[in-house]
Amino acid sequence: MQDHHNEVHSLGYGIYILVWISLVVFTGVTVAVAGVDLKALTITVALLVAAVKSTLVFMYFMHIKYEPLLFRVMLAVCMITFLIFIGLTFFDISFR
Amino acid sequence: MSSHTDALVAHKHPSDFEGAKIAMWLFLFTEILLFGGLFILYAVYRFLYPVDFHNAAIELNTALGATNTLVLLTSSLTVVLSIEALQRGNRKLSLWMLGLTILCALAFLVIKYFEWSAKFHHGLYPGAEELLTHSNGEVIFFNMYYAMTGLHGVHVLVGMAILSGMFYFIARKPVDKERMGFDIIERLRGGAHLAVVADNGNEIGKVLEIDDKVRNIDIKVTYEMVPEKYDPRNLIKLENSALYWHIVDVIWIFLFPLFYLIT
Repeated sequence: MQDHHNEVHSLGYGIYILVWISLVVFTGVTVAVAGVDLKALTITVALLVAAVKSTLVFMYFMHIKYEPLLFRVMLAVCMITFLIFIGLTFFDISFR
Repeated sequence: MSSHTDALVAHKHPSDFEGAKIAMWLFLFTEILLFGGLFILYAVYRFLYPVDFHNAAIELNTALGATNTLVLLTSSLTVVLSIEALQRGNRKLSLWMLGLTILCALAFLVIKYFEWSAKFHHGLYPGAEELLTHSNGEVIFFNMYYAMTGLHGVHVLVGMAILSGMFYFIARKPVDKERMGFDIIERLRGGAHLAVVADNGNEIGKVLEIDDKVRNIDIKVTYEMVPEKYDPRNLIKLENSALYWHIVDVIWIFLFPLFYLIT
């Protein structure tokens, strides 16, 4: 019919429900882990779970997995820019 | 045939979905960096006042925060199911899913309202005398909490408005509006009669008379679409609206642990 780039991606209902279930499970995990005293690791685990959850949303709900490479490159540029900001900020405040 | 027909088809069914999505993503990056700046501010203050942040976070209601997380995750699911349904030509299911998404957005804001009210009741809001008796770090925590969840709340409100607009676009009967050619202006000066003629040559519409003041004519067609058909132009609009909604969800995915779970 049409060039596939001009279509919105159709993946079927099932995969989205599966992704949603994983997101709910990860939310449960992050709440449960918060109750355990992991000292400095608490924030690391919380951010790690949040990163996994947002990756799922980006990849499947926002279809990044099925978009041309350009989308991933753009997203990477945005994220790397953000990480550089974080890095430079902490480089500054750590050595004041 | 070729170029003229292609142009017409392109006009009726704008097919540059990829270009539209790239534009939306570029906007989403500005949103990510907008909240990113606030996240960095949060990180720095948390680094400087770890104990105060820990103590202040205890004040937040984790159960309500977790509920709101589930509400937003569910709304992300329903909006993506709405796209899938529209794509499969199931306009009714698409509207149901979109309606559920809007309800989830409303539920999120209602829960947020009760959360904020409870904090206000305890004198924990920016500038409150009660809050000023707390340590510096705790004051900063609550200021950041209101700034970040407040800005996020505004985004939820905007998302709700956009999704409601989409609901209207999908629910209404599709309309096409075409302007007659430019050269018709001169010919209209003497007045004219209008008739609707089917492709078999039969006149099917009432003959209308227009006077000589009319300078141009638009042909407006409202389609009586059967429910299983959809207007393809709505698909990219819905996809882009959903992308915005997902970003609102992603931001909350980070706000929730950083404010509620660091106790």
